[in-house]
Amino acid sequence: MQVLQARALTRRLGPTWAVRGVDLDLVEGRMVMLNGPNGAGKTTLVRVLATALRPTAGSLHLFGRPLEAVDRARVGLLTHADGHYDALSARENLRVAAALGPVRRPLEEVLELVGLAPRADDMVGTYSAGMRKRLAFARLLMKDPDLVLLDEPYAQLDPSGHALVDGLLAAWRAAGRTVLVSTHMVSRVASLVDDAVRLEGGRIIWNGPASEALAAAPGPGPAGE
Amino acid sequence: MELLRQCVEVTRKDLLLQWRTRSRFASVLAFGVTTLLLFSFAVGPDTTVLRTHASGYLWLAVLLASTLALSESFRLEVEHGAMDTLRLLPADPRVLYYGKALANLLSLAALAVLLLPFMVALYDVQVVMGMGRLLGLVLLGTAGLTAPGTMYAALAARARSSDVLLPLLLFPLLVPALVAAVKATGLVLEGDPMDQLGGWTGLLAAFNVVYWTLCGLLYRAVIED
Repeated sequence: MQVLQARALTRRLGPTWAVRGVDLDLVEGRMVMLNGPNGAGKTTLVRVLATALRPTAGSLHLFGRPLEAVDRARVGLLTHADGHYDALSARENLRVAAALGPVRRPLEEVLELVGLAPRADDMVGTYSAGMRKRLAFARLLMKDPDLVLLDEPYAQLDPSGHALVDGLLAAWRAAGRTVLVSTHMVSRVASLVDDAVRLEGGRIIWNGPASEALAAAPGPGPAGE
Repeated sequence: MELLRQCVEVTRKDLLLQWRTRSRFASVLAFGVTTLLLFSFAVGPDTTVLRTHASGYLWLAVLLASTLALSESFRLEVEHGAMDTLRLLPADPRVLYYGKALANLLSLAALAVLLLPFMVALYDVQVVMGMGRLLGLVLLGTAGLTAPGTMYAALAARARSSDVLLPLLLFPLLVPALVAAVKATGLVLEGDPMDQLGGWTGLLAAFNVVYWTLCGLLYRAVIED
């Protein structure tokens, strides 16, 4: 089943064309790595695909529905902007999310899973960047969406956090979730992903099986990063 | 009922945030008091003039202070991308609007009520028609500021010069509500021998009905990026 279909997707940010004419298909249960140099447009593309940003031009269908009718409950996004309120505790932040959106996994379970249970009542403003990232994962896990879009999931995390992300990716893969992971840590996710997409200057310059892309190093594929 | 419950959750979240960051509310209140004080300095010691224009000075102080309070409430939403997170939960935009607007209304009404004793003391004002009517008008007037204020604060929040943009967008729109609130408050303070209070209160109520309805419908377009 086609989970995501983007055609000629374009997004302008001020004077810059961050995403230019992107065609992309994501099939149910596949895990895709998005890669490219800094400023390639990866974050913008991921946000557009998650419906957090409207495309300037082009079309986007998620789960067979056009952008205007997308069921956002089935889409999960994790980006640099973690979306937390500093003046609320981790538990209070998750309670807000639980009150306003669908919850597939209990709050206490996800807090435990990401390792924040002991400090769940501390204000998020006192958290380190890594802890904030863990809390963002907790919110994503609580929603447990069918399509998971991750922008640099390893950034700011310590080695145990990296292991946590590895475990989550493996679990999502086993559960048949569709995952797009934008990362520079190619070797780390290489064994988990099915396909690879490389973005440069807002355009896709490589889209194919991850094994071929990695074998082509240092060619045009993701391994060239 | 589900929408109402979610609306209450958003209001609760915003009130909790305002309580945890209450030093900022104190700053806004101090700004309002300073504005009242400056009017009395500007006019001079003529208590007759001060008393005659007291309602105008009060509402200008409330209006100026409210732009700061409204900007602040959305600074917390855009600081770490919380607005995007709420949209993608997915929460109904009407829930986000009415929940936030209700919290802003309570906050601005508290601000206006706290400014009343300063107005009475600084301008030597008598409340001829009673405190009950005055408090009712304060609630109606601040509701008139809050409805479009919340929507325009959301619109301005992502702009670089949001603190400047918000008053530029909001003030022209608020002229009818401001005139009605000033006239009605003046009548409550000094008496209503010509029975004009009903007309001005009716205008203020009509402004509220139009903008509380309209802004709830338009909010989706405002918060989509």
